This record gives sequence, structure tokens and C-alpha cells, in this order.
Amino acid sequence: MRRSLFGRSWPNVIALVLLVFFAFPVYWMVSTSFKPNKDIISKTPVFIPFHATLEHFSTAFKAPQFWEMAGNSLLVTVIAVGASLVIATLAAFAVARMRFRGRKAFILVIMLAQMAPWEVMVISVYLIVRDNNMLNSLVPLMIFYMMMVLPFTVWTLRGFIAAVPKELEESAMVDGCTRPQAFVRVVFPLLVPGLMSTSLFGFITAWNEFPLVLVLNKATGPGTAQTLPVWLSSFQTNFGDDWGATMAASTVFALPILVLFLFFQRKAVGGQTAGAVKG
Amino acid sequence: MAVQSDPVRAQAPGPSNTDGAVPGDSLSGPRRSGPGLLSRFAPYALLAPAMLATLTLLLWPLVNTFVLSLQNLNKRQLIQHLTEWTGFSNYTDQLTSADFWHTTERSVVFTAINVVLIMVGGTLVGLLLNRLGSKMRLTLGVGLILAWAMPFVAQSTVYLWLFDSRYGVVNWGLDKLGWHSMATYNWTGNQASTFFVIILLIVWGSIPFVAFNMYAGLTTIPTELYEAARMDGAGAFKIFSSVIYPSLKPFFLGTTFLEIIWVFKSFTQVYTIDGGGPERSTETMPVYSFVEGIGNQHFGVGSAIAILTMVMLALAMVPYFRVILKQEDEL
Repeated sequence: MRRSLFGRSWPNVIALVLLVFFAFPVYWMVSTSFKPNKDIISKTPVFIPFHATLEHFSTAFKAPQFWEMAGNSLLVTVIAVGASLVIATLAAFAVARMRFRGRKAFILVIMLAQMAPWEVMVISVYLIVRDNNMLNSLVPLMIFYMMMVLPFTVWTLRGFIAAVPKELEESAMVDGCTRPQAFVRVVFPLLVPGLMSTSLFGFITAWNEFPLVLVLNKATGPGTAQTLPVWLSSFQTNFGDDWGATMAASTVFALPILVLFLFFQRKAVGGQTAGAVKG
Repeated sequence: MAVQSDPVRAQAPGPSNTDGAVPGDSLSGPRRSGPGLLSRFAPYALLAPAMLATLTLLLWPLVNTFVLSLQNLNKRQLIQHLTEWTGFSNYTDQLTSADFWHTTERSVVFTAINVVLIMVGGTLVGLLLNRLGSKMRLTLGVGLILAWAMPFVAQSTVYLWLFDSRYGVVNWGLDKLGWHSMATYNWTGNQASTFFVIILLIVWGSIPFVAFNMYAGLTTIPTELYEAARMDGAGAFKIFSSVIYPSLKPFFLGTTFLEIIWVFKSFTQVYTIDGGGPERSTETMPVYSFVEGIGNQHFGVGSAIAILTMVMLALAMVPYFRVILKQEDEL
């Protein structure tokens, strides 16, 4: 009897072990950020923060230029993702709905662009931006982040547009709409969920980006053009062993993404997954 | 939401792309409605912004990397705006240097270990998700999403804290389990242990993506196929090799390829754990290019390493793109 019970429950046991493996680092980050210092630097780890404190968050928020960099991150991300959605929607519509010479070539370009090795293009981008006197500015970040998320956005939106039955568009045109009108009034409303999940991944890419901003925007102090990833990585250097403050900073940086992800992917976990690129 | 029903197509360009994005008669719309000339140029007008962006923001930096790689460009030349052409000497220097080949070898092994662990782990977790009841699946799914969604720099920061030598919970656990010499172990003190942390970090953060896509793929396999295999007396391995693998072959191919590319060019995780240290012993190709080019301000040398890295990536892409081009008609 006991054996058969185990036979039925072993997937659940493994699932719980895996749950701990995947969720523990995130839990540890959040719980450390609420623990008083004596619980953090204790010989025996305190697994549940009974004596929760907000002092680490106030250390993080009071760190120089925190709010400025948070604003930078948000502004750069929103503009990069917004611009890429507009440009990508136009291109995706052409690719999904029209047949023309060079279509396959364009698709190949998009596929290749998605593999673009931005990590090793940093030197080149740095010198281009420097020659244009745009170091320590948010504009190059907006422009290049837009390009980083563009290929993926085109690719995903193409699938979403292709999934809208073209009969809907045609019947709108029979009823007297022009093609652009048919797109705006009929196709676009159906694309909203697709646009939202696509922009989630663009948002993550831009929010995460580290090497480029690290190189382009070195200037600190008031008016800095750095973003939160650089802040967090230098925070850890500056605050050394203050793990409470460092984890509070990590939590603040990760929280918007974790919330967005859980919110948007809620349905995906129960049923299907909108797989996407997080690279 | 057709994109959600096919995992490989949704995540990236994949050979499984058979959604027929261009139905044969999709021309009927524009032909009937628009004036001929206008609708013939309409697609190009729609593509123009994307093409313009790709040319100026992607192609130009790529070409510029190559141009820079042919120069002797260090701090002095940069400040005085000098252009000193050196032909291919940056390349010959690299290709004859032991450092370069060590880094290459290290990157290839690093990528192979990561990708094998990610693919095997992701496949197993995906199979498990498929077996679980809906509540347990949701619970594990939340855990996977938390790991997946963590921003890279936050991931690294947390791992450094987990593996902290004095107060890290990992060392405490190892000590409690009886491995007392690990009580104050310095994980970033040598090459092997630093790589252990980096690989664990990357595998931990990458498995959820593969697992979710694997699970989504499994839900598309008709249950009749399993039943038929089971009636033929197939065991778990046989079912995997004769039912699951053939049905999801495009998924395995596409995802493995993507992971190879992503891991090989991963920079943030490797760099933020120990900056390629100790003593440059965990530098992979992108970090090597960064440290030489930006850190040591040898921009020409760094660019040559960047180009050589791109060549390696391109070589890794060849088999994948051959599959895609074979199925070109389905694009």
C-alpha cells in the first residue's frame, strides 16, 4: 500500500524539490532584504525573517542617484519597446499579409538579426557613439535597445497577425474600409494581447541590458545616464559586505519584472506557453 | 493566439515554422482594393523603417567592428584621433597566441556543459510538468517563472550572496551536511569553483524556458500515440525515443541551437560573477573581447577577437540554417 502511494506521489515529491531549487534563490533575495543585520551575519542562517525591517530598503533608496537611475531605466525601456512595437507592427503586417519580392530575404535578415552578437559589438558601438559625442546620454541606449528587441518583435507579431483570419479584414473592406482602416479597426484590436506579451519580452531585454550601458555611460553623480543594472552591480562593490542593502537593491530591481512575468504568464503556466526569447 | 500553440515558432525562428503565414490567396485583398502601383510598393514602404534601423544600427556596427579590427587603436590613438592601419596583424597575433586558443577551448567546453545540462534538465522538467496534477503544475510553474524572470544582474548578485564564503547559505549547508572543510570556502578563489557557480547560475536561469516549451510541445502530442506505444509494450525510454522525440524534433533542434548561441555569447552572468577572474581564468570569448578591448583599451585587438567570436557563432549556425533553408518554402 505504502509503495503504491509512493508510486503515485513521486512526481509531486520531485516537483517540490525542484520548486525549492528554482524558487529558493529568489526567496533568499527577498527574505534577506527584510532581515536585520544580526540575522544576516549569523552563524546559523535565519530562514524566515520574523524580525522584519525596512532599513535595507531605505539604505538602497537613499543610495546616490537611485531614483535618477530608476527613472532612466524606465524611460529607456518604455521608449525602446514602444518604438520597436510601432516599427515592427508595420513590417510584420507586410510579412504576414503580403507577397512581394524579397520577402524571404527579409525574413532571413530578421532571423539573423535575432542572433546578433551585441555582447561583442560593444567596442564598435562605443566608438560610434563616442564619435557622435553622445556618451553619457540616454538617447543611444533608447536607439540601440530598440534595435535589440526589434527582430524578435517583428517575428512574434508576424505570427500574431497571421493568426487573425484575413476574412475579417476582407469583410471590413467589402463594407467600405480601406486597407489601413481595416487594419486599425479590425486587426489591431485582436492584436492587443499579442502586443502585450511581445512587449513583455522587449521590456525584459531592455531592462536587463548591462554591457552596453556599462561602457557608454560611465559618468556617475547627478545627471547620470546610468541604469539600474549598472547601479546594482556597482552597489555591490560599493556596499561590500552589506548584503542586506545589496539584496534590497536586487529586490527593487527585479520586482517589476517578476510581477509583470507572473501577471502575464499566469495563464501560460496552466495551459500553454508563449515561449519567447530572453537572451 | 496561434503563436501560443506552437512553442518553437513562438520563441524564435525555427524549422518547424509551418504556419503558412502567407496563404496563397493573400494577394486578393490589396489587388481588389488598392490602386495597383501603390499596393505594389506598400510592402516596401512598410518594411522601410525596420530595414533602415537594421542597416544603421546593426549592420553599421558590425562592419565597423571589422574596420576597427584592422587598426592599431589603443588609448593614445583614440585620444589623438589617429588612424593606424595594420592589416590583419591583430588577427595573426590572436591566432598565434596561446591565450586565444585557451579561451576558445574554454568557451567551447563551457558552452557544451551548459547546453547539455540545460537541454537534459529542461526536457526532464518539461516531462514532469506534463505528469503533474494541475495544482502542482501551477506551483512548480510559479517557481520556474521566478527563476526565469530574474534579471541577469540580480541573478548574479543573489548567487554571490548564496555562495558567500562566510555567511553564504550554501557553505553553511555543506558544513551541516558534514563537509566541514567547506564552511568558509571561497567559491571565486579558483577556476573550477568559479565556473561551477557560473554554470549553475546559467543552467538554473535557462531550464525554465526549455521546460515550458517542452511542456507546451508535449500537450500537442495526441494521447492516441502514447496509448498505441503502450499497447505495443513500450517502456518510458521507448515512448520517449519513438513517440516524443520524433514529434518534437523541431523543438529539440531549434532550442538546442538557440541555447548554444545564447550560452556562447553570454556576457553578463560570466562578467558579473568575477569579471572573468580569478586571474582571467574564467574568461569566455565575449569577456575576453571585452577585457582586451574596453578594459585594456586595445580597441583594435578587442574588435579582432569580436570578429573571430562572430565567426565561431556563424559556424555554429550553419547546420541550423541549412535546415531552415531546406524548408524555405514554408517561411
